[in-house]
Amino acid sequence: MTTVASAGAAPTRAPRRRRGGARENRAALLFLAPWLIGFAVFTAWPLIYSAYLSLTDYDVINDPSFVGFDNYAELFSDPKVSTALGNTLFFTAVQVPLYVAVSLALALLLARAGRASGFFRTVFFLPKMTPPVAVGILFLLLFNGQSGLINTSLGWVGIDGPSWTTDPAWVKPGLVIMSLWTVGSSVLILLAALRGVPEELYESARLDGAGAWRQFFSVTLPMISPAVFFIVVVNTIAGLQTFDEAYTAFFGAGNTTYGNDAALFYVIYLFQQAFQFLNMGYASAMAWLLFVVIMIVTAIQAIVSRRLVHYEGGSR
Amino acid sequence: MSALKDPIAGTRPDAEAPAVAEQGAPAPRPRRRRTRVGRIVTIAALTLIAVVFVYPFVWLVSASFKPRGEVFDNRLIPETFTLENYLQVWQEAPLGLWLLNTVIVTALAAGAVTISSAMVAWAFAFYRFRGRGPLFALVLGSMMLPGAVTMIPTFLIWNSLGAVNTLTPMWAHNLFGSAFYIFLLRQFMLSLPRDLFDAARVDGANPWQVFWRIALPLSRPALAVTVVFEVQAVWTDLMRALIYLRDSANFTIPRGLKALVDNFGFGGEWHWEILITASVITTIPMIILFFVAQKHIIEGVAAGGVKG
Repeated sequence: MTTVASAGAAPTRAPRRRRGGARENRAALLFLAPWLIGFAVFTAWPLIYSAYLSLTDYDVINDPSFVGFDNYAELFSDPKVSTALGNTLFFTAVQVPLYVAVSLALALLLARAGRASGFFRTVFFLPKMTPPVAVGILFLLLFNGQSGLINTSLGWVGIDGPSWTTDPAWVKPGLVIMSLWTVGSSVLILLAALRGVPEELYESARLDGAGAWRQFFSVTLPMISPAVFFIVVVNTIAGLQTFDEAYTAFFGAGNTTYGNDAALFYVIYLFQQAFQFLNMGYASAMAWLLFVVIMIVTAIQAIVSRRLVHYEGGSR
Repeated sequence: MSALKDPIAGTRPDAEAPAVAEQGAPAPRPRRRRTRVGRIVTIAALTLIAVVFVYPFVWLVSASFKPRGEVFDNRLIPETFTLENYLQVWQEAPLGLWLLNTVIVTALAAGAVTISSAMVAWAFAFYRFRGRGPLFALVLGSMMLPGAVTMIPTFLIWNSLGAVNTLTPMWAHNLFGSAFYIFLLRQFMLSLPRDLFDAARVDGANPWQVFWRIALPLSRPALAVTVVFEVQAVWTDLMRALIYLRDSANFTIPRGLKALVDNFGFGGEWHWEILITASVITTIPMIILFFVAQKHIIEGVAAGGVKG
């Protein structure tokens, strides 16, 4: 809209526009100033400095001492890094598909609920407003031994629940289940996308004799694929940076680790290295490794999505 | 250009097919009956799921009124009802102070990020300056950057300014805008009628007046979304609080709760009743906010997400 208007007006106003342009630039700069300053101080400089720090040993008290690529070499021989990275990738790989499936199922149900959907939307979003630390506490409670609510409920149907919070094999599945409690926001996004699918498409699909499943896979899914892709990407990035709930439930504020390494997620270990052991250089190298991992995962998703995500027209 | 509004406009959940279908059809055909049964099944399924979503809350609140030994008794109505836990939490932890700190930080953070992001968004929406395209690409690009990469140097900045162990680092970076909100607000501002701003300029309004008196009031729905999102984010921010806050006198709620977990949990014998009660007390303000701002939150999430 705006570009068209300016192109149309340019020829007639050419001489005046130049002076106005300089003034416009000055005014624009005024409005841009907060971001320009913020970007320089809190993004650009930290990026450069973090790259430098990753090549040093730095404990905040003494000056950084240059060690070349030692930190990076150490990353690959540190068993805790591979544990943390493995935990994080496993958690994300299990959590994201489940999260998307559950939110899609809920959104589909809500889309058919008619007038009642407003009430249920509110209910499903509620857990999102619970502070993650409280969610972490809740996790410890609900999943606690045999007396926690989860295992008690499982007991009613004759299942002997595992010890979710202490058995290394069950810690991450437990956290995945917990995280499904907070699908609220993606349910809303998908619901908005579902509402945007034109009814005519379903009508013509029905005329062609498509059943419910066929309609879902040939109409619904392609039409909402941009929203699904968005949720997958955002959730993957968030999953790779999991911290709050797991840290609350399994790690202490001092140098102590109460949990087992099953809950040692990458950002938790990074945080410990930086702010508990004061290995700022090593932690910076860890941050860059995480950055690379996120880039690779996102790039893979973008490439795969090119085949699967359907964008309507070019304007959106 | 009304990209932001489209998904919202399409979200008229309550005025949909059902009303029309129920009144308007004289001949009850078999298909309609099937949809009615389908609807009942749908509502039943949703109700069941809703119970699963809400039950942990109810359980938590109920447990906060149970005496120490009965926390794990899964009865919904406490056998012995007690306010002991609330009194004890109030004695053990300066919850009031933590709440106050959190309110201060949250208000400053949300206010700062909303105004600064709106300014930047306005520049991108209204002005056609040199380098606008690449600069906007940079804004979007900075959204992809994981926080972990800038976390350590940012700490060192605040450390060198002597601001560690104060509330300042919890909100001050918000004075410089935030990429996601800039994007969201710009989308909204692009949908506003440009003639209005040009008219104001002809009437002699300076750029700041056009922004402050005209653009900002018109952007109220999008600003509300920004405020609500940021309030939620800051209210629940644990990591920054762990990094910057040292004395319990300036803890925020998440940091304080974590301290309670360390003291009354990992520290030795688990005092579940304290953790439960503190969780309830600190969750309630967010729940109240949610019910007050429900409409904005729900539409904001839907709009922000589809466009993201």
